[in-house]
Amino acid sequence: MNKSPFNTALAGYLFVAPAMIAIVVFFFGPALAAFILSFTDFDIYALADINNLRFVGLKNYSELLANPLFWTALKNTLFFVFVGGPLSMAASLSAAILLTENSVKLKAFIRTIFFAPVVTTLVATAVVFKYLLHTKYGFINFGLSKLGINPIDWLGDPHWAMPAIIVFAVWKNFGYNMVIFIAAIGSIPNDLYEAAKIDGASPWQRFLNVTLPALGPSILLVSIMTMTGYFQLFAEPYVMTQGGPAEQTVTVLYMMYEQGFKWWNLGSASAVAFVLFAMMLVMTLIQGQIAKLQGVK
Amino acid sequence: MEKLKSLFFNLIVWLLVFLVAFPLLWMVTTSFMHSGEAASFPPPLLPKSPTLNAYHELFAGNHIEVYFFNSVILAVCATILSLSFNVMAGYAFAKLRFKGRDAMFNSLLSALIIPAQVGMMPLFLLLKTFGLVNTYAGALVPWIASVFGIFMVRQFSQSIPDEMIEAARVDGANEFQIFTKLIIPNLTPILVTLGLFTFLGSWNDFMWPLIILTDNQSYTLPVALAVLSREHVQDSELMMAGAVITVLPVLLLFLVLQRYYMRGLLAGSVKG
Repeated sequence: MNKSPFNTALAGYLFVAPAMIAIVVFFFGPALAAFILSFTDFDIYALADINNLRFVGLKNYSELLANPLFWTALKNTLFFVFVGGPLSMAASLSAAILLTENSVKLKAFIRTIFFAPVVTTLVATAVVFKYLLHTKYGFINFGLSKLGINPIDWLGDPHWAMPAIIVFAVWKNFGYNMVIFIAAIGSIPNDLYEAAKIDGASPWQRFLNVTLPALGPSILLVSIMTMTGYFQLFAEPYVMTQGGPAEQTVTVLYMMYEQGFKWWNLGSASAVAFVLFAMMLVMTLIQGQIAKLQGVK
Repeated sequence: MEKLKSLFFNLIVWLLVFLVAFPLLWMVTTSFMHSGEAASFPPPLLPKSPTLNAYHELFAGNHIEVYFFNSVILAVCATILSLSFNVMAGYAFAKLRFKGRDAMFNSLLSALIIPAQVGMMPLFLLLKTFGLVNTYAGALVPWIASVFGIFMVRQFSQSIPDEMIEAARVDGANEFQIFTKLIIPNLTPILVTLGLFTFLGSWNDFMWPLIILTDNQSYTLPVALAVLSREHVQDSELMMAGAVITVLPVLLLFLVLQRYYMRGLLAGSVKG
């Protein structure tokens, strides 16, 4: 019995060691190394012979800021985050409200259908949408033609390519946040609604004054998760547009991939990665601050 | 009025169900069409005479079974790795007292704000040095342990009563026996959840396999599908068959284990 605390502590170290070592070696270590790498000119020559590697200070960062493609990629990424993100959340919230309506039947079945796109393979469904978005033979233009809308060259027109990717992303992702919202709506005490009803509040007023404030913490959490996730847009443009047309779907992460693994400029790719990281961090902090100001816990 | 409202809501919901399900249904029906059949106007909904041609071409001409096999092996191994590493660590962080435990756990949480892609360049170089490019091992490295997994197991382990563990200690069981005989059975639901998340995550993963598996023979299904779609732009029936083969296993797995999936989703989002 005397040895017990010692044994427990030893077991503790032994139990966490494998996971901790794996995370340090394969995650923290590489992340730190990427920071150092971003100050070097690591390229295909250094890949062949490490002696060609030199420290170049902030050159990768300054070249990045001078590269027009970076600003295009940044604009495209921010468009996806700030247009696609809120649209996705609005879709999630609307679906959650519909599925908590008393009059809607077969809720479990409908919820499963709405959630199915989330678990499907991104690359596979992106390919499906590539064909659905086809100008001539795609069902989306066919459907729109029934509404009297002329065919749109979704993935070939620089103005429409990113909106098309957003349409896909909303379809693919809205089910995830919907489930979180459904749970949050379910935990709002019913007497709040009863009281509002007695006060003569309309359904819309009840939504604005009861549902929305009660959902505050969930909305904050969901918006942070969604937006930081949307900063990492990559597979959709890779599969659907290859960054085109006219570079209108090149994203920051797409640029990192091309710099790093197409041109083997691993130094400058690391700089791109850290700029992305910095933006995501700022975004998270701002949303945290907003929440604090509004008194959301 | 109430009736009208109810009708209205149900109408909207079923319209949405149709819109959401349509891409997946179309994927399935198109995969049974003859080559070139989908490229006509108006776009056909159902195959004129259903055929397995597209599937046949995928196996005979494009060896999709190789990619399928790669995807299965990787997803199974990732699940096993995650279930051993994360579960041990998660339990220890919850229930075993040792010096530096909380500091260690908090430093792990800080990893959640670092996007996984940041370390990909050095990780590639590291694995290249050890000759692990184009190997299963190289593709599995990011799946060995995850902060999310450890966090989830820790949350769940905290609900195991200390008295139960203490009683086992008094009975003379050592820590390893307690873990395997007492803790694991109590954690079963969360093990299913974690295993499911890992399997789906590995199966659907794209960027890391794209980087580390550059040889045609080592592609996973998503990587192969992305490459195929660039080569066979016109061949929608072939691509839809490929999409069906890629999506179907995970969709079925999800449908069977949906309960466990939702539990993990909500646990991860409440404090994640």
